[in-house]
Amino acid sequence: MNAGIDTGDTAWMLVATALVLMMTPALGLFYAGLVRSKNTLNTFMMSIAAIAVATVTWAAVGYSLAFDGNGDLIGGLGNAFLSGVDFAPREGTTIPELVFFAFQATFCIITVALVSGAVVERMRFGAFLVFAALWSVLVYAVLAHWAFGGGWLLSGGTLDFAGGVPVEMASGFSALAAALVVGARKEWGRQALLPHNAVYVLLGAGLLWFGWFGFNGGSGFSTGQNSVLAFTNTLLCPACTLVVWFALDLIRGRKVTAIGAATAIIVGCVAITPAGGYVSPGWAMLLGALAALPSYAIIVWRTRTRVDETLDVLAAHGTAGFFGILFIGFFAQADWNGVSDGLFYGNAAQLGDQALAALAAPIYAFVVTFVLLKLIGAVMPLRASDREEAMGMDVVQHGEEAYVTGEGAILLLPDDVGKVAVPVADPG
Amino acid sequence: MKLVIGIVRPEQANQVLEALHRAEVRGFSMSRVQGHGGEVERVETYRGTTVQMGLSEKVRFEVAVSDSFVEQTVAAICEGGRTGEVGDGKIFVVPLDHAVRIRTGDSDEGAVTPVSR
Repeated sequence: MNAGIDTGDTAWMLVATALVLMMTPALGLFYAGLVRSKNTLNTFMMSIAAIAVATVTWAAVGYSLAFDGNGDLIGGLGNAFLSGVDFAPREGTTIPELVFFAFQATFCIITVALVSGAVVERMRFGAFLVFAALWSVLVYAVLAHWAFGGGWLLSGGTLDFAGGVPVEMASGFSALAAALVVGARKEWGRQALLPHNAVYVLLGAGLLWFGWFGFNGGSGFSTGQNSVLAFTNTLLCPACTLVVWFALDLIRGRKVTAIGAATAIIVGCVAITPAGGYVSPGWAMLLGALAALPSYAIIVWRTRTRVDETLDVLAAHGTAGFFGILFIGFFAQADWNGVSDGLFYGNAAQLGDQALAALAAPIYAFVVTFVLLKLIGAVMPLRASDREEAMGMDVVQHGEEAYVTGEGAILLLPDDVGKVAVPVADPG
Repeated sequence: MKLVIGIVRPEQANQVLEALHRAEVRGFSMSRVQGHGGEVERVETYRGTTVQMGLSEKVRFEVAVSDSFVEQTVAAICEGGRTGEVGDGKIFVVPLDHAVRIRTGDSDEGAVTPVSR
């Protein structure tokens, strides 16, 4: 055992890493339930693809750019291709850097998967793979460096416990840019495009919440007080969001909705993400209650616009992340976090640091994503044709269906494959 | 009286509903069916098992109308269901012997003509 390694901390971080990785298939399930049945697999596969692509880019350069050195804007390439990432403790922690690398990789993965919610049901799978690879480096790794890795936000004093900047605001505002560049689904605004399985949505949200205990509870990289605080706040905050969301649903539609509840779980978990280790349990409950309001309002407003940001990543992640980051500036409490007070406890400067992050991260994420997708779009088509969109992305992009019955399916022997195989994307 | 049966693509079903609404056709039923026409067959692979899907999802509209409404109904289904590609479906018009509205016992023309509530 290397000097400086704590076995308890390491054991917890191994578990936390696995919990966070599970969040990505959980998100896939959540998203798959929200789309129409003909796009179930494609939507789920975008999350699976994020695991594939982002893990590779993270190991190659993403981790190094995020966590090597204290450059203001970007890290170095000293850890590229896992160079020097071994059993020695990661600086500032008591866990091996290999575990630290894996834990941070799962954050990059889920953030990439989150952005897919803006473009489901129409973006070509190949174009998404290219986008995911480049975005994980150009947007995620850069913002992770700013907030976690020693960049200008961290050194300037911005508090972001588990990723309000690189995960939540980055995915939310990138999703808005992606929806604008890729464009709306062809029936958007003319037909009701409804979720096909609300049970997937609830189960996905529940599994996300479960995984979020590793996400927030692991972001102290230890079993110390901040981790414990973040862990319990991850229970308290989303529960309060749920209660307020129920009330908003009751006022607006006289009924408490299941998909609304699933959304509320996400919004509450997002809101406590940046603040988890910094605010008291009481303030965390207030945060959960208040965070419901802007996200609810944006969801109601967004569906009346022409913007087809399909699965409301901006409302759930961008808005709640923004809210959580600012909330720290008011209610951070050194008695609880051992780091800093917020405005409410006499430290107005903290609010300034938080506001700076709340301004910089959305602008960077939006602009870079917008330009990146425009460039990819200049090289390859971003979206499927209208005909393919109508048939559904499952059959067109993957040659599979989620709810296949087998009736009328004729088995093709290996010799026949290729002779009759007329790809459906290329009829005639 | 005729029974108009329209078999269309599921993704065009909403367009057909809108077209029927515009044509003031108020009573109909629809069901999900599987069918096979002249369209290109889909080849799918499930972990090494490659299959050719001979049946496609379709939606079947059944509209019972009085004779004077047949033309508008057929036109509406055509308009809503057409994409111009093979696989848009078919419309069959068949004679209808007898119809009864269960609530009132109205029969024939009276049963297939919408009433104001």
